[in-house]
Amino acid sequence: MSKTLLSVALLASLGLSACMEKPQISGTKSDAAPFTGTGNAPTAFVNGGWKAGDKTSWEQALRARAQDGQNDYAKSN
Amino acid sequence: MARMKFICDAERCIECNGCVTACKNEHEVPWGVNRRRVVTLNDGVPGEKSISVACMHCSDAPCMAVCPVNCFYKTDEGVVLHDKDVCIGCGYCSYACPFGAPQFPAQGTFGVRGKMDKCTFCAGGPEANGSQAEFEKYGRNRLAEGKLPACAEMCSTKALLAGDGDVVADIFRNRVLKRDKGAEVWGWGTAYGSSKPGQAPAKQGGKS
Repeated sequence: MSKTLLSVALLASLGLSACMEKPQISGTKSDAAPFTGTGNAPTAFVNGGWKAGDKTSWEQALRARAQDGQNDYAKSN
Repeated sequence: MARMKFICDAERCIECNGCVTACKNEHEVPWGVNRRRVVTLNDGVPGEKSISVACMHCSDAPCMAVCPVNCFYKTDEGVVLHDKDVCIGCGYCSYACPFGAPQFPAQGTFGVRGKMDKCTFCAGGPEANGSQAEFEKYGRNRLAEGKLPACAEMCSTKALLAGDGDVVADIFRNRVLKRDKGAEVWGWGTAYGSSKPGQAPAKQGGKS
């Protein structure tokens, strides 16, 4: 009898555990820094000239891109 | 690196809406949502000025201050982003924003007032960089691709500048010196606390 009760209790606890709420994240999720790159995403759109994970090279690449693409005085003079 | 910033040069903007189109195309922004738009002052009057407006990623962002669920966060690059899984679509940020940046899609979970959508400085959001989930919720993460925002890169007259605050301020300063006019940058003081790019923040009560 006690074994039956124990097994029923075990089954009930297992069954109820499936009804638990999904874990909820409080606040915002952490966001990966852009210099870490796009991970496993297709690299077809990634601009070259810097190495993923290297913050300095990423910053330099963006500075160079800003100057080359936006400073028309530097291009014309 | 300094903070990421936008500058719109009203002397150069020709109201072509190329920035608006680039943004909508790059992020597949739904109908009715305009992360960026062009505003013309004194339209039709000689001397009219146009400016391209979106989220300016303010230094002291009022949207972050008023959000009741604290869904906003700021990246190390100074980009103001938000978590759509946390946003409840209350619209407080819309009232607080001096630039009218927060947008509310008319479809989705909350019906007529969906979760807020705004310019991300092409930096995606709190999902894995370059993932499909990030693209669907926030748009393309161009910063993680080593690129600058699409709106500025597509600007035909280079009126809209985006990037490291020091770099864009330097480009703009050089322009002003060459043409000897048009030093006013609309919204710069409101967003970054200084009336002129590259200068110290204005004192309390000063002009924007």
